Amino acid sequence: MIKNKEERTFQAIGNVFMMIFALLAIIPIILIIISSLTDNDTLIKYGYTFFPQKWSTYAYTYVFQSGNNVLHCYFNSFFVTAVGTVISLTITTMLAYALSRKGLPGRNVMTFLVFFTMLFNGGLVPTYINYTSVFNIKNTYWALLIPRLLMNAFNVLLMKSYFVTSVPDEILEAASIDGASEFKTFYKVALPLAQPIVATIALFNGIAYWNDWMNGYVYLTDATDLYTIQNLLNRMIQNIQYLSNSASLSNASVGLASIPSVSVRMALAVLGILPIIVIYPLIQNNFVKGITLGGVKG
Amino acid sequence: MPTENIATRQGKKKSFQKFKKYLPIYLMAFPGFLYLFINNYMPLPGLVVAFKTYSARLGIWGSPWAGLANFKYLFASDAWLITRNTILYNVAFIIVNTILSIFVAIILSELTSPLKKFYQSSILLPFLVSSVIVSYLVFAFLSSDNGFINNTILKHFGMKGISWYSTTKYWPFILIFVNAWKSVGYSSIIYLATILGFDRSYYEAATIDGASKMQQITWITLPMLKSTVIMLTLMAVGRIFYSDFGLFYQVPQNSGALLPVTNTIDTYVYRGLLELGNISMSAAAGFYQSIVGFVLVLGANLAVRKIDKDSALF
Repeated sequence: MIKNKEERTFQAIGNVFMMIFALLAIIPIILIIISSLTDNDTLIKYGYTFFPQKWSTYAYTYVFQSGNNVLHCYFNSFFVTAVGTVISLTITTMLAYALSRKGLPGRNVMTFLVFFTMLFNGGLVPTYINYTSVFNIKNTYWALLIPRLLMNAFNVLLMKSYFVTSVPDEILEAASIDGASEFKTFYKVALPLAQPIVATIALFNGIAYWNDWMNGYVYLTDATDLYTIQNLLNRMIQNIQYLSNSASLSNASVGLASIPSVSVRMALAVLGILPIIVIYPLIQNNFVKGITLGGVKG
Repeated sequence: MPTENIATRQGKKKSFQKFKKYLPIYLMAFPGFLYLFINNYMPLPGLVVAFKTYSARLGIWGSPWAGLANFKYLFASDAWLITRNTILYNVAFIIVNTILSIFVAIILSELTSPLKKFYQSSILLPFLVSSVIVSYLVFAFLSSDNGFINNTILKHFGMKGISWYSTTKYWPFILIFVNAWKSVGYSSIIYLATILGFDRSYYEAATIDGASKMQQITWITLPMLKSTVIMLTLMAVGRIFYSDFGLFYQVPQNSGALLPVTNTIDTYVYRGLLELGNISMSAAAGFYQSIVGFVLVLGANLAVRKIDKDSALF
């Protein structure tokens, strides 16, 4: 009897705490969603609130009608995320597979070269000088794709240990005896067995690309037409006038005065997290698995 | 002698065959290494900029040497402030996040509610939000004109609005809160996975002996979590010289008035390089971070290795 009572108290208190934490986590996101749907005058008068007096979808109509600029940035985000994730996944997987092959001459040295990049890095200044003066990637698409994000040692080593533990040598040997080429063995035998980790790393890469603002911020100094949605948001919060200026260039019929900058800004922030919220239910399990794999080992 | 000759010739032939056999594997590794070379190794000689009076026109090697002048200046001016901020924030993050994550993980592990999935999904979601959008979320609460706190909460209590983005004293709490908001979901998953891996027979035995839930948590779960806590804390200590640039740069909206409490080594390096054009100073701070950071990672790993060899990075 006492046990049950204690259990019930624990469950009740536990639920209360978790409910508070869960709400704290999502309330800010709900606030910007509501703000983006609030009438702009109401916003200016009463500020951001959870129960606005007047609702309006004007911010979204505005974005989609006049926002060539916005849709262009949105397209850039999707493009960079898609291309970046594919390239990133390809080179990460191939390198991880190579490092997982026992008997590969030079394997230890190669693993160390990958690992060392986790211990020591030159930091922003040498990297910036390298990319700008040697490779001239300033104000090009390459700037969004290549620096920092294309491959990281942690993902490579995570994947390598997955290959080592879940792709048995005997299977690879059998494939080789059957006359399959090394590349075919990788593609047809190893890759399908490593499918869970491939999905997880693809997810990590995709989110890193979608959320990245720093590459654009550092390397796109003039080429605002290459901005991703994150760069646009970043630029806007720094300079609220930016959208008004560029919108008035592309669509002269929208007067500067009528631009509902406050709710429009919130609508853009919502558009910025929308893809993540949409795919979140689908990816969540895989994501949690990935965190567990990486967290326990590294 | 001829037999030996044949042996070496066969050896050569063998190693050539071996190389030929593994050639496709090297080819597979090549793009990855090419990237590491470009992104990680090629910039390393550029660290020398910290010892130069850098001019973009003259390039890294053409710029005149400055000896230790950049470091002398750095340590006479901002080094103390940025080091203090970086380390103290990291210490606060480690303590607050560890306590909250363990708390959440323990509750989630014991909870039988159908809402469990909802709780877990909700607290993990902030981890997927970019720093730029986090700065919008924070702005929605703290903006002095339209912010939720000034306009709704403080007004409700008849209090005057606070201009958050120019008052330093609140920011240590705001940043610790925002950081916890973003990362507790992530680390609680690691702790939860650890707890779910524990041998259930301890708990069964304790229940038979009449131990209450609180007693089980205090005497079984927490002691068994100890090694994971130590491991993750040591890893975090290894990264104590690094800070989340987005958190310290975006969330305070690069506000100059807040610099004394928001400037970390990473934001300092960024501002020196791209806002103030003081590349040599920025390089000196970056060099300082790379070297100390390297020593700390090595130290933390040695410590982890001593405790549990399998958990160490190397």
